[in-house]
Amino acid sequence: MAAGSPPLPSGKVTIPFYRDTRIIAIIVQIVFAIAVAALLWYLYSNMMNGLRQANLLPTFAFLSVPSGFPIAESVIPYDPSMTYGRAFVVGILNTVRVAGIGIILATILGLILGIARLSDNWLLRNVALVYVEIVRNVPLLLQLIFWFSLTRLFPRIQESIDVGGLLFLHNRGVTLAWPQAANDFDVWMVWVYGGIVVGIVYYVVRRIQFARRDRPGVALPQALLIAFGIALIGFFTTYFAYGSWPVSLSIPELQRFNFVGGITVTNSFAALLVGLVIYTAVFIGEIVRSGILAVSKGQREAARALGLTPGQTMRLVILPQALRVIIPPLTSQYLNLTKNSSLAVAVAYPDLFYVANTINNQTGQAVPVILMLMASYLSVSLLTSLFMNWYNRRIQLVER
Amino acid sequence: MRKQMILVLAGLLSLVLAACGGQAQQAPTTAPAQPATTAPEQPTAAPPASPAPTAAPAATSAPAGGTPAQPAAGGLIERILARGTLICGVNNNPLPGFSSVDAAGVRAGFDVDFCRAIAAALFDDPNKVEYRPLSAQERFTALQTGEIDVLIRNSTWTLGRDGNLGLDWAPTTFYDGQGMMVRKDSGINTLEDMNGATICVQTGTTTELNLADQFRARGLTFTPVVFPDGDATRAAYDAGQCDGFTTDKSGLVSSLTLLSNPADHKILEVTMSKEPLGPAVKQGDPQWFDAVRWIVFATFQAEEYGITSKNVDEFLKSDVPEIRRFLGIEGDLAKGIGLPNDFAVRIIRHVGNYAEIYDRNLGPNTPFNLPRGLNALYTNGGLLYSPPFR
Ligand SMILES: N[C@@H](CCC(=O)N[C@@H](CS)C(=O)NCC(=O)O)C(=O)O
Repeated sequence: MAAGSPPLPSGKVTIPFYRDTRIIAIIVQIVFAIAVAALLWYLYSNMMNGLRQANLLPTFAFLSVPSGFPIAESVIPYDPSMTYGRAFVVGILNTVRVAGIGIILATILGLILGIARLSDNWLLRNVALVYVEIVRNVPLLLQLIFWFSLTRLFPRIQESIDVGGLLFLHNRGVTLAWPQAANDFDVWMVWVYGGIVVGIVYYVVRRIQFARRDRPGVALPQALLIAFGIALIGFFTTYFAYGSWPVSLSIPELQRFNFVGGITVTNSFAALLVGLVIYTAVFIGEIVRSGILAVSKGQREAARALGLTPGQTMRLVILPQALRVIIPPLTSQYLNLTKNSSLAVAVAYPDLFYVANTINNQTGQAVPVILMLMASYLSVSLLTSLFMNWYNRRIQLVER
Repeated sequence: MRKQMILVLAGLLSLVLAACGGQAQQAPTTAPAQPATTAPEQPTAAPPASPAPTAAPAATSAPAGGTPAQPAAGGLIERILARGTLICGVNNNPLPGFSSVDAAGVRAGFDVDFCRAIAAALFDDPNKVEYRPLSAQERFTALQTGEIDVLIRNSTWTLGRDGNLGLDWAPTTFYDGQGMMVRKDSGINTLEDMNGATICVQTGTTTELNLADQFRARGLTFTPVVFPDGDATRAAYDAGQCDGFTTDKSGLVSSLTLLSNPADHKILEVTMSKEPLGPAVKQGDPQWFDAVRWIVFATFQAEEYGITSKNVDEFLKSDVPEIRRFLGIEGDLAKGIGLPNDFAVRIIRHVGNYAEIYDRNLGPNTPFNLPRGLNALYTNGGLLYSPPFR
């Protein structure tokens, strides 16, 4: 206690421990920790008691039992004879699918919106303003239901709107012609992989050269061009060598009930995607706008004085700097979009939350299912955050 | 990032809570008196005609309309009586004939009448019910967490639910089976005609499981369109987003009346499953479970004896021992299940016997006009059979 102070001449004055702030602090913390632990223990044993009484003790055994319920759409093969565990994975993938595509589209639309809000064009600026004010002031759930109801206005599948025989609009979604692997697809894939390898090698070699010379340079576009070019050459070579294209177009054909061939984007997925994108883009737009405004006016003026066009000014000077302000709040929006996708159930899209609820309902295993649900959303969110934080660090100013 | 985690947790938690909470705030009112019921409340403890007042066992001598015989201490019956209302889980979307709210805000239907029968048995007042509208998905959680006392929401009794969900089913009040509705102009007559069809179905039901089973067993494929909510399922079918709509046949008959053009639709002959629908309670309170069971049995037994809400007062003068026991004039049979001795009288007087309940909601004078079928007394070739009241 008094270690640092010089020894006192007469009799040691010791502070009683209950007046020593350091000891008190430790005691308080210990008491608090015990109280929290006791509370958690109480809640836990209370829950277990209740569950035991109701014959509902948590177990994960159900995961390997056949689920028996159908799921409308799935990225991986699924049917009701497969397990609850598989159904859960189907839910995760469906959430990732809508969130992934949603994030990309919302970013693009948000960027356009943010720039439009700052446009010199009166009409463009105000259209963007009206869009922002309407969309961000209406609850998302309502918007989802609105988009979903809108799909009812399309004709029944038998009377689909036919766009050139390749695209069909109906009240169950959109069916469109889609490329499909043909006989010689594998041959062509060899070319494609070859192209990718050559592209990567080229890119790495160039980067090493740049690093040696300590000069900046661009390698990615050329690398992509090389990979793409090789794939294209392979495409035609395969045709000339085997007489048929490696990829064919699967044209949708209306059968008695549904289209066969092509791909169908269900109205549920479409409504959810459109709803999430339109809603999130508004917030992204505002973030982009604030990011652009945060770049000092001098930068723009300097760029213009150097003779850069307005487009170049935006692309090469303003946006790269604005990005540093934009990324952190953008991450939040990406996470919001992912979490908001749990409203999917309102439009009958089988996302994670929906599937988990059905599993819970059929098995009665609320505690395990909710733990799995929380862990899944947490993992998806943390992965997104990690990626965005990495990207954020990458684009921060490197002080030399 | 920590904030994000907390957000995720909080978001989930609130969703979970919302799921349990159902739409509690939406209809917490006890329904006003139903015009159909006959006699006003009366003190019922001492039936007029009993020669020897054996009728009132010690514990029923409590205040009129008051506490029943011997609800187990700390049991659910005691808590319900202390609360003063029964909390009954019902449909959240209208299912006319079973549970729907009319323009005046009065909830009525076959399922609702069983809620009222339980309230009548407990309180001598069928209106002391607080209805909790629940979706198919929410209903069992609401029961498990004790948010509702009893679930009467066309819920099928299955082994899995009985065992794994920690519930217990009272006797079946409505024997049903799953059916399929299609458009008349679709040319569909059997399930075999539906290979590749898109089918609307509600989640959290036995329906979605049976559908998958039946199609798999027949080697047919289908695309499910699955909603959590009955109204949305029906609306999607109505708009032609599905080729078929499947649920309990009773539900189909009821939904038919809500379609924009009922004459365009038909229900296929095929019955895809057994759907015994009845009240469910949470497992773990045997006395409450017994009480609900015997309340249901009382409606069957009253029909068998021919006792109705109109003639129950005559029967109270009867000197047939069986009837006197059933009506609680003699003996103290109901004591063991924690109900007042005259609970059957209360039910019959306020709600009626099974036939009255059935006819009021589903009978010939309703738009549904459902034949009794399996839901007739065993004496008429049906399945309704009450164990003896002795
Ligand atoms: N009997 C089946 C189905 C019960 C069910 O939910 N039926 C639907 C259609 S008849 C319903 O009641 N919907 C009304 C609502 O969602 O509130 C079960 O217990 O799983």
